[in-house]
Amino acid sequence: MGTLLDFAERLGAYVNQRVSRLGFAARFLWVMLKVSGTSLLRLHLTIREIYFAGVLSLIIVSVSALFVGMVLALQGYDTLVRYGASEAVGTLVALSLVRELGPVIAALLFASRAGSAITAEIGLMKATEQLAAMEMMAVDPIARVVGPRFWGGVVSMPLLAAIFSAIGVFGGYLIAVVLIGVDFGSFWSQMRAAVDWQSDVVNGILKSFVFGIAVSWIAVFEGYDAMPTAEGVSRATTRTVVISALAILMLDFALTAFMFRGN
Amino acid sequence: MMSRKAIDVWVGMFVLASLAALFFLALRVASSSNTFTNGVGYHVQARFENIGGLKTRAPVRSAGVVVGRVDSIQFDNESFEAVVTLSLDKNFAFPKDTSAKVLTSGLLGEQYIGLMAGGDMANLKDGDTIKITQSAIVLENLIGQFLYSKASGDDEPSPQAR
Repeated sequence: MGTLLDFAERLGAYVNQRVSRLGFAARFLWVMLKVSGTSLLRLHLTIREIYFAGVLSLIIVSVSALFVGMVLALQGYDTLVRYGASEAVGTLVALSLVRELGPVIAALLFASRAGSAITAEIGLMKATEQLAAMEMMAVDPIARVVGPRFWGGVVSMPLLAAIFSAIGVFGGYLIAVVLIGVDFGSFWSQMRAAVDWQSDVVNGILKSFVFGIAVSWIAVFEGYDAMPTAEGVSRATTRTVVISALAILMLDFALTAFMFRGN
Repeated sequence: MMSRKAIDVWVGMFVLASLAALFFLALRVASSSNTFTNGVGYHVQARFENIGGLKTRAPVRSAGVVVGRVDSIQFDNESFEAVVTLSLDKNFAFPKDTSAKVLTSGLLGEQYIGLMAGGDMANLKDGDTIKITQSAIVLENLIGQFLYSKASGDDEPSPQAR
């Protein structure tokens, strides 16, 4: 009896703590959106964050995209050639990249490359009391520090996903057409016949936009909420990557179920 | 620390690169299959006994060229037939006695509607119904007919039996 009550108490405390943290995160988002006007008016702050989050992620995103596209083409060809449908490898590569892998892998890379950096930066600013110093100087740290990082991430994510999909398709082309020798014309024409601009490409970009909001929100919140110690910052950085990855995969499932329910 | 101008240049190039990627996706990878399914075409209906695995948005072909899309598929509970609404490109007109068939492209391919033009002087208009239709070939029925004709004393011996 005693252990059961103990267990219930601990479970209740755990759930309470999680829910109140979620509520705090939602209120944080609301406060940030309210002061976003000022952080967007000083556009160079946001552009600077687009540089750090987006431009500096370009290399890892492009290289991963190239290899993902090439692996897809190799594996797809291996299976499709058994059914005599090796020309469909372009369709396979393009559809899987544009619908799923482009947004999802770009978001995972973005979370680990840029999200963790944002968390560490804001967490360290908090630990070294820079945020408190800003408040002393009547500068709102949420408008000056958090807002630009959030919007920089939201803007960068769809752009990175579009680049990922395009480079991935090019990687698939390199393997399928240049290396294996699938017919050039049918590779592109079957791809074009199967991929629809509205329901595939635009939906993929929409997905990456949602991921961008989720990852940036998690990153700035974890940084702002970090314990102001060295250990606290390191924990917050880890949490950003883990929670972002889980959020991306779960959101992807929900969005896919919503967008691609067949005809 | 980089100057503000250098950062602006890099971000501008980043945005340009992603726009180029979008253009590539739009022009090379994807196509808008619904160029004439939203409003800029005319609709005709066709009734089939059996449509097999036909789906909405399947192509409508005449002489192999895509001239429209399947708009909707409904079931008529009085005649127990499938009512297929076709959306055809305004640029193509077909005679009133055009016939429609449910066909399959390739062995494992998708099903589509084939239109065979007739000889009538008047053309199909929006809201018309195609009178002559031919249903999809269902593999099970075909095998059934084949077995039935074998069993009923079709005494031509097969090459293996000889």
